[in-house]
Amino acid sequence: MVTSIIRRLIQAVFVVVAMTVIVFIGVNVIGNPVDILINPDANQAERARVIAHYGLDQPLWRQYLLFLQGLLHGDFGNSFVYGRPAMGLILERLPATLELAISALAIALVFGLPLGLYAGLYPNRVSSKLIMSGSILGFSLPTFWVGLMLIMVFSVELGWLPTNGRGPTLELFGVRWSFLTGEGLRHLLLPAFNLALFKTSLILRLTRAGVQEVLPQDYVKFARAKGLRERRVIAVHVLKNLMIPVVTIIGLEFGSLIAFSVVTESIFAWPGMGKLIIDSINLLDRPVIVAYLMMMVLLFVVLNFIIDVCYTILDPRVRLDSKA
Amino acid sequence: MSALLQVRNLVTEFGGGKGQPGTRAVNDVSFSVERGRVLGLVGESGSGKSVTGFSIIRLLERPGRIAAGEIFFDGVDISRNSEEEMRRLRGKRIAMVFQDPTMTLNPVLSVGTQMIEAVLAHESVSKEAARQRARDALGLVGIPSPEERLAAYPHQFSGGMRQRVAIAIALLHKPDLIIADEPTTALDVTIQSQIIAEFQKLTEEARTAVIWVTHDLAIVSRLADDIAVMYAGRLVETGPVSEVLNDPRHPYTAGLIASVPSQNHRGERLHQINGMTPALNRLPQGCSFRTRCERADDGCLVMPELALAGERSFRCIHPVTKVSAS
Ligand SMILES: Nc1ncnc2c1ncn2[C@@H]1O[C@H](COP(=O)(O)OP(=O)(O)OP(=O)(O)O)[C@@H](O)[C@H]1O
Ligand code: SF4
Ligand SMILES: [Mg+2]
Repeated sequence: MVTSIIRRLIQAVFVVVAMTVIVFIGVNVIGNPVDILINPDANQAERARVIAHYGLDQPLWRQYLLFLQGLLHGDFGNSFVYGRPAMGLILERLPATLELAISALAIALVFGLPLGLYAGLYPNRVSSKLIMSGSILGFSLPTFWVGLMLIMVFSVELGWLPTNGRGPTLELFGVRWSFLTGEGLRHLLLPAFNLALFKTSLILRLTRAGVQEVLPQDYVKFARAKGLRERRVIAVHVLKNLMIPVVTIIGLEFGSLIAFSVVTESIFAWPGMGKLIIDSINLLDRPVIVAYLMMMVLLFVVLNFIIDVCYTILDPRVRLDSKA
Repeated sequence: MSALLQVRNLVTEFGGGKGQPGTRAVNDVSFSVERGRVLGLVGESGSGKSVTGFSIIRLLERPGRIAAGEIFFDGVDISRNSEEEMRRLRGKRIAMVFQDPTMTLNPVLSVGTQMIEAVLAHESVSKEAARQRARDALGLVGIPSPEERLAAYPHQFSGGMRQRVAIAIALLHKPDLIIADEPTTALDVTIQSQIIAEFQKLTEEARTAVIWVTHDLAIVSRLADDIAVMYAGRLVETGPVSEVLNDPRHPYTAGLIASVPSQNHRGERLHQINGMTPALNRLPQGCSFRTRCERADDGCLVMPELALAGERSFRCIHPVTKVSAS
């Protein structure tokens, strides 16, 4: 167990280093920031001064080493646009996006798991068929359209929920969160539901497919032959096997939740990273793009690590294979 | 005293319903098992042995269902029991050992968990007491260092070991009836003997009744008191083991016995039953065995009734007699 964790950590470091190279090269190929930073009317001396200031006159490998050196100190350079540390900008917006993504994931689980379980256990009921048809809608309706509809119905027509921003926030562990205040929670509701819709459908269908795969297994029949209560057969024998694929998907999808939050954040004017990165790409604000990408790399590495650990807890076969 | 288990005219169908006949995997089957006795249920693959077992314990997979008949267990027709009444019987008074040991244990739960929950499903004892019971049961079926094995997971056991765990689980509550579906097929011969001895002890001491499903006539002759021969969903011959094996009446039973290697003399060709088991939905008219039977004639175009002769019964209008067989 411990050796497998250490091995994972070393792999993770390699991944991060590889990603720094890819990210660095990637952003150096997409357009020339000089064009944006410098007033076209500026004279030659002015140009040279700005280029030197941002280190853009150095050879690429030196720029990379400087970049790495900066990374190690958590310094990604200043934003070309805001003139403030890029990582600081990202970190400022990170809680809002994380909050939105986590809420969406929680909603997806709270609805997706039980509904999928129900539809899998009673596939022939009309209600199950309704649930499954509903999940197809959840899959196919575009997020932006659903977002607009939610605003139309719940904000414009009914006037129940606010349409934009995070509302009042409260500080916890030095970070500001909306869900801690009633009003903030009201602000969170619509965007979180909007973002959760697709994932709910995904988890629902995955759970149902899992139930239908596990139910006919001999070990479920044998569990019943022992005289176990149906509740225990489902909650322990079926669910524990089911959680293996579900946890994997949840982990992987959490990353894409953050990526897809761009659309939802734009519609609900949610001040998260998604909005920031779109603006930065448009303006070729390289330090912010780099900081964002590295943040994503880190996030995915950490997520994968957590999935692996969950996996080992859930599946004894993995646990032993890694020991051997 | 009436028998512990009495199955009467059991019909189990897959599909069908609402006036539509389904595929009859078990067709008009009647037999009984008394306390302390072992019934050997034999027949080719697909003849309906497992489905008979699952019908009794009421764990048929959809679309399987009991379409007709009664199953009296200790005087009560359990084919009409509620699901909760059945649950209280399962594992406690009627236990089952499945045919394929590779998947009978849940891969993500430890053996200990799966045994302890089986105890706690029927008795409110402490977890430690349940653990003690599980440990003893593992020792009983010859699993070394049972204490450590409780913490292990199924994939750490060989197929034979898993089957022994399944048998240990079946023995946990000292049930009145054990349905053992080819329980020793996956085991090597020494362990097979050990398990058989364990079952013999159980039937003698605890008066447990056993339905032992198998292909292996040698095991039946060693262990069983009675035998029931199944063909295409029907019983074709029943009776005390020694009588049936020495003097089979039904040509199918005679064929099965003749195809056991030890029944032949050295150098003699092994006897084989002609042809293949017919598909259930394409059975020949009349006697199901007709297309493979050497004795068949036009009289066999009508399904023969079960003929009773003392403790024995057979379903054939031209039964084999000892004279004609030799
Ligand atoms: N789930 C099912 N759906 C449809 N038909 C089934 C199902 N299970 C069994 N059957 C039918 O019931 C018949 C009897 O099957 P069963 O498993 O009882 O045979 P068996 O005598 O136990 O054979 P084996 O020796 O191979 O275990 C089979 O021919 C099959 O067609
Ligand atoms: S009834 Fe006829 S076909 Fe059937 S087993 Fe007897 S002799 Fe053979
Ligand atoms: Mg079988």
